[in-house]
Amino acid sequence: MAKAGAKSGGSGNKGLKRKAATEEPQEAAVAEDGTTESRVQPSKAAAFPPGFSVSEIKNKQRRHLMFTRWKQQQRKEKLAAKKKLKKEREALGDKAPPKPIPKTIDNQRVYDETTVDPNDEEVAYDEATDEFASYFNRQTSPKILITTSDRPHGRTVRLCEQLSTVIPNSHVYYRRGLALKKIIPQCISRDFTDLIVINEDRKIPNGLILSHLPNGPTAHFKMSSVRLRKEIKRRGKDPTEHIPEIILNNFTTRLGHSVGRMFASLFPHNPQFIGRQVATFHNQRDYIFFRFHRYIFKSEKKVGIQELGPRFTLKLRSLQKGTFDSKYGEYEWVHKVCAYSLKSHLDNFKRME
Amino acid sequence: MQSDDVIWDTLGNKQFCSFKIRTKTQSFCRNEYSLTGLCNRSSCPLANSQYATIKEEKGQCYLYMKVIERAAFPRRLWERVRLHKNYEKALEQIDENLIYWPRFIRHKCKQRFTKITQYLIRIRKLTLKRQRKLVPLSKKVERREKRREEKALIAAQLDNAIEKELLERLKQDTYGDIYNFPIHAFDKALEQQEADSGSSDAEEKDDEEDKEDVGKREFVEDDEVDESDISDFEDMDKLDASSDEDEDDKSSSEEEEKAVDTKHKGKAPLKGPLRRKKAYVEIEYELETEPEAKAKTT
Repeated sequence: MAKAGAKSGGSGNKGLKRKAATEEPQEAAVAEDGTTESRVQPSKAAAFPPGFSVSEIKNKQRRHLMFTRWKQQQRKEKLAAKKKLKKEREALGDKAPPKPIPKTIDNQRVYDETTVDPNDEEVAYDEATDEFASYFNRQTSPKILITTSDRPHGRTVRLCEQLSTVIPNSHVYYRRGLALKKIIPQCISRDFTDLIVINEDRKIPNGLILSHLPNGPTAHFKMSSVRLRKEIKRRGKDPTEHIPEIILNNFTTRLGHSVGRMFASLFPHNPQFIGRQVATFHNQRDYIFFRFHRYIFKSEKKVGIQELGPRFTLKLRSLQKGTFDSKYGEYEWVHKVCAYSLKSHLDNFKRME
Repeated sequence: MQSDDVIWDTLGNKQFCSFKIRTKTQSFCRNEYSLTGLCNRSSCPLANSQYATIKEEKGQCYLYMKVIERAAFPRRLWERVRLHKNYEKALEQIDENLIYWPRFIRHKCKQRFTKITQYLIRIRKLTLKRQRKLVPLSKKVERREKRREEKALIAAQLDNAIEKELLERLKQDTYGDIYNFPIHAFDKALEQQEADSGSSDAEEKDDEEDKEDVGKREFVEDDEVDESDISDFEDMDKLDASSDEDEDDKSSSEEEEKAVDTKHKGKAPLKGPLRRKKAYVEIEYELETEPEAKAKTT
């Protein structure tokens, strides 16, 4: 068993204590069959010259063993390096260089050219003439119609009710098999400004269509993580009739800007600060988190918030120019889902943030 | 030689027929030319050399017929007649084509035709209504999006973001006069003043106050307080307070400037009647019964 002997000699420096007894007969058994025995044998003895990787060992158990050993060694080295760094920092005291900022996805993102500059004239002109101009000029005040897809189940119905308490001046109507294309002209004739349709699948709400009515844009969202009021822990009492404030966070690109304006146009212009209620649409990595809170200022530097109302997460799937029309509509933006692309996590698609 | 009974005897009853499906209670015939879907002696297309069916193709109904004369020519076995779109005319057509055929086949053909027309009508009605489109979800994509949502939620730090935004709005005075945090507000005002005109103004203010006190004539009341007037104590306080108001305000503002302690945070400054700027005397009362007790012992 010369080969086996050489092998055990080579791996002796790594510590043969572990599994030595079980290993050797297996090694011996496989080594005869193994194709890389010639390669493995001298390199083991020489302690991994470059060009050899653990993945080249054909024996699974042996390979696994070598890999775990390598991992442990890496971990030890890393820990030692950290300790050393920490000691150096302490030794230097105040003169130590500042701590490096950890890299996050948000830090490393490629700068999006469509980011809106607040002083941009073109954007300002666009916004003065788009469909929300009449809202932002205080000419119209919002009136919302909330409905669902056909035959809604309990959860969806309750979500609609809770949404109608959150959004002032909103009405819930049940859809009884009516076609949206027929509902929309009726809504327009009754002076509704927005239409919200909550789509349901398998008894849970999973989609939201937000349509600005007099021929405004239609946004289709995927809705997830819906929590109704009673499922929220440590929540406050039910929201009052006061008009809430709005917070729109991180809607920086052109697309994000238009979506943000859509959300803003749902709420009346004059928030009643006495009510101390705030509705938040926070955009992070293209996920829009909706929360509804009541706040109280404990001092001028500290504020406490308490969550009321439903919460859900939205992800924009498509933005359409006119009102809801799935076949002939002109799509301004459609979320392209690519299951196999390497780039999909490198944010090369048009984003909202 | 084509013998129906022999065929039925073997296929239908005893041996294997590939079109036959057996369930616990019934057996069905999967043959595409079967008139009824059941496996019977009279409705088996293999075991009847004279047979007819109705079949529907893309909304068009056809009558298929097979006779024994063509049994040797599989290619020409089935004769096809396109039926009229009109229901009654089509029934007449069936009658005409199957004129001397067995009653059973004629009846079943008409029944089948009726059913087919009915479901065609239903299809046409439904297509006019809203169609539900089923969009397939890719499990991989769904899993990936869910994971990303969780990470985005953690990265968002919603509570902090909301609190920061609210405090920003408070600082920029969007809430107006609702919240009076006097220290904060006054600090801001003071900073503004100092920025405008330098620190000399503050000094001048102090000097002015001193000068005013120096030359000012006041009428100060007695320190003694009568028992009878104890109920009017507050009113007297008020009277004095009104005359000393200017002085009080200035001195109170000075105090607030200096005091950054937590006592006055968030609360309005103490009002007049509660302020005891001037000296007052506390009076203790003795019980009247004591001298009586003394008298008793002696």
